[in-house]
Amino acid sequence: MLVSFDLLLNAVVAGILLGGFYAAVSIGVTISFGMLDIANISQPAFILLGCYAAYVINGTWGVDPIVIGVVTTPLFFLLGMVVYRLYYYAFERRGEQAIQGLAFFFGLLFVGEVSLVLVFGVDYRFVEARYIGPSIHLGIVELPLRMLLPCVFSLVMVGVVQLYLSRSFIGRAILAVSQDPGALQLMAASPTRIKQIAFGISIATCAVAGAFLIIIQPVEPSIGRDYIGRIFAICVLGGMTSMPGMLLASMLLGIVESITATFYGPSWAPAVAFGLLLITLAVRPAGLLGR
Amino acid sequence: MRVSNSLFWVLIVAVGTVFVVASRLTITNEYFYFAGYVVLEYIVLSTAWNILGGYTGYTNFGTGAFFAAGAYSAAVLHKLPATLHKTFDITMAPVPLPVMIVAGGLVSGLMGLGTGYLTLRLRGVFFAIATLAFTIVVQTLIVNWDYVGGSRGIYIIRPANAPLGGGYIQYLFSLMTLLAVVSVGIARTIERSRFGLGLNSIRDDELAAEASGVPTLRMKLISTALSGALMGMAGAPLPYYVTYLDPASSFNLAYAVNSVAMPVIGGMQSWIGPVIGSILLGTIQQLATVTISSALNLLIVGVLLILFVVIAPNGIVGLVQAWRRREA
Repeated sequence: MLVSFDLLLNAVVAGILLGGFYAAVSIGVTISFGMLDIANISQPAFILLGCYAAYVINGTWGVDPIVIGVVTTPLFFLLGMVVYRLYYYAFERRGEQAIQGLAFFFGLLFVGEVSLVLVFGVDYRFVEARYIGPSIHLGIVELPLRMLLPCVFSLVMVGVVQLYLSRSFIGRAILAVSQDPGALQLMAASPTRIKQIAFGISIATCAVAGAFLIIIQPVEPSIGRDYIGRIFAICVLGGMTSMPGMLLASMLLGIVESITATFYGPSWAPAVAFGLLLITLAVRPAGLLGR
Repeated sequence: MRVSNSLFWVLIVAVGTVFVVASRLTITNEYFYFAGYVVLEYIVLSTAWNILGGYTGYTNFGTGAFFAAGAYSAAVLHKLPATLHKTFDITMAPVPLPVMIVAGGLVSGLMGLGTGYLTLRLRGVFFAIATLAFTIVVQTLIVNWDYVGGSRGIYIIRPANAPLGGGYIQYLFSLMTLLAVVSVGIARTIERSRFGLGLNSIRDDELAAEASGVPTLRMKLISTALSGALMGMAGAPLPYYVTYLDPASSFNLAYAVNSVAMPVIGGMQSWIGPVIGSILLGTIQQLATVTISSALNLLIVGVLLILFVVIAPNGIVGLVQAWRRREA
């Protein structure tokens, strides 16, 4: 097959932009699943909640969606802490994490989706902002602003979270809890409190990721499901706990999906993430940069 | 009272037969058969789910994929005679529904074996996530497959006359009762067997089971394949039930949610749990769909699932057992 060079180049660039956005979507699960060992499969529901928060506030007051995403993070942080409390009392404390815990998050995912359907209906919703529409042209490469801005800001977010985890006291405690909760207890820190904060952060990222998602494309409640495969593929491929690995995996998935969509049609793209996930699980479960 | 295995089979076959004959003799309202079919379908799905979820301790969120694979296998077999006639000029009799059910079971069973082989060697969480994503992929494949209508869907015309007398919906109803009887029988047989004991040991402590010589991977693979096959068999009559098959409705998340919620609410430790759960939830949903709205009744299922998992993790059966113990 003769591949035209500028088509391929554009596909790769679009993939990198998409990958940057995927990093914002996956960072929360990298924290909750990778570091805390909580398989929060309801993450997409919280991301959609972020989308609809952006939609409502943008529609009422015309605030910029990215600003909304950043401003609503404290609310999502609190929500995350509440969900973790519930999860802790119902499952972690009893030591029944496996099936019941998964069923709990699955129920949350479903309840979230159906509630959004009941409130907003199944129509596609979108936000308005000046940068949705125009593109920057660099020679033969086209950079749509609605992809570029989420990508840039999501890299900033990943940087901030990484800095927080590696420099601040609580951040280091979160990394410690992911390695050995028992030892943390011996250092007179409560693993439960640290995990609660970490889970709060993982849900807080959904506010921003949701705002990005609704900038990139119109949103309806059931699209969240498409992201489960992507999020967990990225998380596993990136090696579960490693932020650089997560970033690398996001870019990889973005590029592969974008090339698939360009050359085989967008209807095949959803299968890519799963294929990647299955291959990773079968061949190298430790991921790209796993320990 | 201890009921032996063969006696149990005789009993449930008798119950199934009496159920079908009695409803055929007394009920003429077609709606009963349409609604009853769905409840029976959920008995099969949740019992199948429980073989892997309840007995073995591996969560499958991909019921929709296995179910739809059965349905689409049937759709392909339905179209096959016409295609053969058109392209090769070969005349072939229409494929009877029972053959489609077996074929659907085979396809979904193999699918279960494949996914299981790739992911079951890892921790259970990975299997659960893989099945969740699996649904999206199988759906993508179907959406891109023009022979079965792609995303537009496909119209299926029911055969003009149904075997066993009566209308076609009565025939579907009877077949689904048979499937429900078979899957409940299989579940209970497994429960009381050495194989079931092995599965339970995997659920309680996989490492210890492996160390005691339980062939864990092989047992997990068998139960995944069996569970998938039963789901596929439940899906095979779907094209004739809805007469219009499309990816969005056949891969509906409701199948996955219900087949998790019903065993959890009924109780996952024994065969009766999923049956109680599906009769209860299935009936509530049928009533709610008619009287309230279908979106709201799915919300009810989700909320019930969360409530039971948090408050009564052993389901209704567990509640009854606890209550009995307190009485004694």
